[in-house]
Amino acid sequence: MQMAATVRLQCEPFDAGSEAAKLRRGRGDIGAVVTFTGICRQDEAGAPLAAMTLEHYPGMAEAEIVRHVEAAERRWPLLGVAVVHRYGRLEPGEEIVLVVTAAAHRQDAFAAAEFLMDYLKTRAPFWKQVELAGSGRPRGKIWVDAKQSDDALADRWTPRRAAE
Amino acid sequence: MKLRYFAWVRERIGKPEEEIEPPAGIATVSDLMIWLSQRGEEYAHAFENPTVIRAAIDRAHVRADAAILGAREIAFFPPMTGG
Repeated sequence: MQMAATVRLQCEPFDAGSEAAKLRRGRGDIGAVVTFTGICRQDEAGAPLAAMTLEHYPGMAEAEIVRHVEAAERRWPLLGVAVVHRYGRLEPGEEIVLVVTAAAHRQDAFAAAEFLMDYLKTRAPFWKQVELAGSGRPRGKIWVDAKQSDDALADRWTPRRAAE
Repeated sequence: MKLRYFAWVRERIGKPEEEIEPPAGIATVSDLMIWLSQRGEEYAHAFENPTVIRAAIDRAHVRADAAILGAREIAFFPPMTGG
């Protein structure tokens, strides 16, 4: 049976449970589903957060995610993948990103979900800007710096780093 | 060709996109950044540290030494912070 892949960018919230259910519907070959949800925290580097705005590169963001979903398919015997990434203004507690992977066995589903998240963090053209919650000082808007630790996590999937 | 800017690169330059025709001799993404940074203070500010700037040609990541010949759309942006 063919692998079902969904890649979607949207402003609106998503429902992780229903996305996972959609992947499994009518299939008896799936033995493992991993569902990862990234959530907007209430602080950034210790500073309280009022909101976060995600900017993206329309057209490229979707294409880049599809490329990584295809890479995951080549690497693990997946039976389904769904990636939903939100953009626009999000408040603490709101979901940012969803990765669902389905496979016959859990190792493949776990590994593919981690692989996809590590690449989304460092290669998908999204940029986070946070609004700090002001208490007696003006609210600041700050672009979140990329973390070297995220680069290192993405690098572990390739012996040599892919073209920048 | 169309240039597109994102995040703080866009903010520093003050516009999300523009059409430009770089002069002959601007062969690579790196050449283009150097040429752009000479167009005004806002560009100089955006490209003051070109090694941190990422680029895409026609919506695919490229390195600074990539050739720009035939590119329809070149984007410049900071390291990505998605996910």
